[in-house]
Amino acid sequence: MARTSITPVSRLAIICFALSVSVNVAADEPVDSDKGYYAVYYTSDVDPIEINRIHAWTLHVETVNGIPVEDAEISVDGGMPAHNHGLPTQPRVTENLGDGDYRVEGLRFHMGGAWQVTFTIESGGEADTVTFDLAL
Amino acid sequence: MLGGRTTLAAIAAAALVAAALPCARLSAGGHEWTDVEKGMLRSLWIESLGPVPAEPTNTYADDPAAASFGHSLFFDSRFSSNGEVSCATCHQPERRFTDGLPKAKGVGNAKRNSPAVVGAAYSPWMFWDGRRDSLWSQALGPLEDPNEHGTSRDQVVGLIARDPEYREAYQAVFGPLPELSGAAAVDRVFANVGKAIGAYERLLQPGPSRFDAYVEAVLNDDADTQARLFSADEIEGLRIFLNEGQCMQCHNGPLLTNNEFHNTGVISAPGDVPDKGRAVGVRQVLETPFNCLGPYSDAERDDCVELEFVATGPHLVGAMRTPSLRNLERTAPYMHQGQLATLADVLRHYNEAPPAMIGHSELEPLGLDRRELAQLEVFLETLSAPVAADPKWLAPPGTMQGGE
Repeated sequence: MARTSITPVSRLAIICFALSVSVNVAADEPVDSDKGYYAVYYTSDVDPIEINRIHAWTLHVETVNGIPVEDAEISVDGGMPAHNHGLPTQPRVTENLGDGDYRVEGLRFHMGGAWQVTFTIESGGEADTVTFDLAL
Repeated sequence: MLGGRTTLAAIAAAALVAAALPCARLSAGGHEWTDVEKGMLRSLWIESLGPVPAEPTNTYADDPAAASFGHSLFFDSRFSSNGEVSCATCHQPERRFTDGLPKAKGVGNAKRNSPAVVGAAYSPWMFWDGRRDSLWSQALGPLEDPNEHGTSRDQVVGLIARDPEYREAYQAVFGPLPELSGAAAVDRVFANVGKAIGAYERLLQPGPSRFDAYVEAVLNDDADTQARLFSADEIEGLRIFLNEGQCMQCHNGPLLTNNEFHNTGVISAPGDVPDKGRAVGVRQVLETPFNCLGPYSDAERDDCVELEFVATGPHLVGAMRTPSLRNLERTAPYMHQGQLATLADVLRHYNEAPPAMIGHSELEPLGLDRRELAQLEVFLETLSAPVAADPKWLAPPGTMQGGE
């Protein structure tokens, strides 16, 4: 799998590509984690994201100053807050791709509606969470 | 002048209303679906169903000779302890491959309702509790269940070796029959028996229903055809299905199922302890040597993502797999033990949302009135359609005129 460069130009290209297809494919810009330690965005292998289809994401993690975080320990959680249930699968990070990119496999969404996917990211003793909202 | 203009304006407005009225009536006949609803209808349309997904665990999944062999096996009652039970005993073609009973009856009394086979090739999980992850591995379970076929893998494999036609059919697909002296060789042949049955079952797919013709008419803005296909009650039932009925939370996609596991608080059949469902099924699918990652699977590890990332946990207690809603009227009674005899009973259950006996029900009361429930019911009956398969596959081999 090709690495995702973090140069501003290529990031813009990713964002524009994502926006041209679906608002769900990627956060339109890096989202700051809850305590502000990290800036995070993702791209999805399935474009646009469909319900009932298992697929993978590439998660990019950098510091708020734009330096890739290459040694993060990441866990995945999520669900539908309105329905009080979690994800139908147990997705996890399966590969550290370098340059702050991580492969997240095993994502599937089994209903239309509002979903959240939350990543807990820890690096150098600094644990923080970031949540993405999806409307499927 | 001012008054004159007002009058003119009033006349013009009245003319507009008058002109609009027939249109409004016309669109009432065809019903005005919102763009969001049209998107939902398209997602449920059979034309949105892609080709049958690849089956990497079964190299022979699309081999016509394997399907033909599997067809013979499916209808052969010699694969049972009393010589009277075949797959078709509980999966009867004329009942959309179910049996009309609350709980299946093989050589004994099974503990669950016989699920439909039609369209099952699209599901990552088999059985009500998903304890197998492919058609071929599913087919092996009932053969050795003491209440279903009540036979054993040794007996199954022995019959393949003894029967000249089966031996030839087996070897034409899978190569030379090995010496059946060890457990591994027996298991290999047994798995291949499942793979032949799985290849046959992949041919059993749902055909287009009246609902699908209606959706096509909606997407084509063809009000006349819409009005011809659906009554006002069926349209209203469909509207409730898409909206306040919340049916699409689980019954979504062109097969009207997400193939996931949900606790819907269906009480167990009288005298039976509550069924733990998926909580047990997930352990079994991870343990069976006939799963995607096992030695009899033809898949690479990367093909087994459903199994590798499968969810476990207490929320699965009492959860059962969502069934397809296609062909409902032929597949009564409903639920995992056939506890609910009619569609009306099922709709009443979802409307009332009783608490679960085990685990936690995901349901909340819907608050629909009797008329709305009746409208939902007539809509659900529009999902019936013949199986989209060559008729020769819907009867025992050699029984169709000019058969195989």
